[in-house]
Amino acid sequence: MLGAARQKMLGQSLQRIRPMEKVFRSYSSAAKQMTVREALNSALDEEMSADPKVFLMGEEVGEYQGAYKISKGLLDKYGPERVLDTPITEAGFTGIGVGAAYYGLRPVIEFMTFNFAMQAIDHIINSAAKSNYMSAGQMTVPIVFRGPNGAAAGVGAQHSQCYAAWYGSCPGLKVLSPYSSEDARGLLKAAIRDPDPVVFLENELIYGESFPVSSEALDSSFCLPIGKAKIEREGKDVTITAFSKMVGFSLKAAEILEKEGISAEVINLRSIRPLDRSTINASVRKTNRLVTVEEGFPQHGVGAEICATVVEDSFGYLDAPVERIAGADVPMPYAANLERMAVPQVEDIVRAAKRACYRYVSTAAAA
Amino acid sequence: MILGRAFEDKCAKIYYREKMCGFAHLYNGQEAVSTGFIKLVKKEDSVVSTYRCHAHALSKGVPARALMSELLGKTTGCCRGQGGSMHMFSKEHNLLGGYGFIGEGIPVATGAAFTSKYRREALKEADCDHVTLAFFGDGSCNNGQFFECLNMAALWKLPIVFVVENNLWAYGTFHLRAASDPQIYNKGPAFGMPGIHVDGMDVLKVRKVAKTAIARARRGEGPTLVECETYRFRGHDISSEPDDLRDPAEKAQYAARDPIPALKKYMIENNLGSEAELKAIDKKIEEVVEDAVEFADESPHPPRSQLLENVFADPKGFGIGADGQYRFEDPKFTEGTAPV
Repeated sequence: MLGAARQKMLGQSLQRIRPMEKVFRSYSSAAKQMTVREALNSALDEEMSADPKVFLMGEEVGEYQGAYKISKGLLDKYGPERVLDTPITEAGFTGIGVGAAYYGLRPVIEFMTFNFAMQAIDHIINSAAKSNYMSAGQMTVPIVFRGPNGAAAGVGAQHSQCYAAWYGSCPGLKVLSPYSSEDARGLLKAAIRDPDPVVFLENELIYGESFPVSSEALDSSFCLPIGKAKIEREGKDVTITAFSKMVGFSLKAAEILEKEGISAEVINLRSIRPLDRSTINASVRKTNRLVTVEEGFPQHGVGAEICATVVEDSFGYLDAPVERIAGADVPMPYAANLERMAVPQVEDIVRAAKRACYRYVSTAAAA
Repeated sequence: MILGRAFEDKCAKIYYREKMCGFAHLYNGQEAVSTGFIKLVKKEDSVVSTYRCHAHALSKGVPARALMSELLGKTTGCCRGQGGSMHMFSKEHNLLGGYGFIGEGIPVATGAAFTSKYRREALKEADCDHVTLAFFGDGSCNNGQFFECLNMAALWKLPIVFVVENNLWAYGTFHLRAASDPQIYNKGPAFGMPGIHVDGMDVLKVRKVAKTAIARARRGEGPTLVECETYRFRGHDISSEPDDLRDPAEKAQYAARDPIPALKKYMIENNLGSEAELKAIDKKIEEVVEDAVEFADESPHPPRSQLLENVFADPKGFGIGADGQYRFEDPKFTEGTAPV
């Protein structure tokens, strides 16, 4: 009986994004497991085979099979004209990608991490994002910049920054950040087909994680809409927004909160720009409390933007101040215990949710 | 060349009358390079320039009217007033800008050349032999992106010609103070491509070198680096005039080598044209520029609705169509012809 209730809930939440006639599909038999790595690889493979103008360019994408093996097998399948290993020249090859995109080719530029993309950020913002506007629609740039973003494990300060807030503030860019394999597949396919520059922020630590995918997600035409968030878990007491790896942490936090009687609604943002203001606001209007979770630096971060959005649109509905969980305001330390303290953990999210629900007893008061 | 010169002079006059604001980087004195190269390429070949792009746009065929309207920020400009002096784009004429940052256009030009090669090899369009010309100055030749692109263009044998307009002054820095090896053409062979030096004040010499370089690229033999020794008669941009750093004697020396009177003299001496014909050309160009200014003056300013337009090619948040349904369900989706 519980199974039927959960299925109905799943059906209802998926109803928001699935066309009506597919809502009564049985999910138990159709669930296949797929890692995020496989999802990205299959998305690239399918898009490259569907459109000969799509090509992949980056460091180690060809013969090395991808620094994180995302592009495994693509060189053998499509040849060196379409899977290009570049010298270590981010500014150069990003500009080359933009120039090719001006002419209607559809490059996918891979950065080994988005930290390295800082060497190319001039081209991402000045020649890609702003061109359609500066040329009044003459130069469209159908390009995708993808790669791992945010902290990995023990890689130090220069390899661990989260760039969602930086790119998310720039008009002319679409910024996506998938969590599960289905997100990865659908959003990457949508990004490649999109006629505008898309920054696709992945996360190295979830590449190996396995998620169930429905059979519709395996279809070669499957795309997810850009600009729509997904409600991963429905709840009624507090809204938790997150993206990328933090969605997993938020879901675990929601399970812990459930045991303490707090029903948390977890929103997977999926799209940092455009931000799905309507889904976030609708959820806050239902629960009246908000916790934003992100891995990046707190000042001027994604959480700050979501808080401002909710204050602008749903101020009267808030019953508690917005809680903002972000990474520590320091460059990422190396030592493993310090690193754990510098990135939000499940306990931090649980504590913040309790604070928002006024169930948090401060240790000072208890003592 | 005369059109370029007349246009730039008119720009200066308009700027001083405060009809135009912001930056205006004028090309006076360097016309031989622009004309010498761009008049040799086809409409499908692309040209990428820097912020000093008015003359390149005119040589490539962008109408003077569209350019002048753009400078005055009117909606009839080539970019509807949204780009301005430094960002001239024209898809029809394959003019890819117009970039505010030095060195920024070089990778984009390399990308355009890459597209040519990609279309020939991966898309199998065997007759695609488009060439790209990248124009930039001596200051860009110290920039990292320049070297990255020389490397990749030579590595992948891209059909591009890198044209250095060495006017000896990068804003206010004399070339010898900025470059460890001032002979820029030496940097070509270091990356495996020919480096040629030419007198950029003589349009016929430039044209001769341009012919070889462009033909080489079109044959698929790879890039060439051409250094044109030239000079700009005005300051780096209008707001930095009068420029006191440059020695008047240096200016006088190059003014004596002005490409336009030089070509006029050559034509008269070799009976390629009479004085009267040349005067007629001058007059005609004057009329064209006056007409362009009139047209621009009378054109409307952009409407308020234009502020938020053209940020994206597909603004609706891709995936959801106009009818609220998933776009990937539209059978035309994979052809890319599904409606926005």
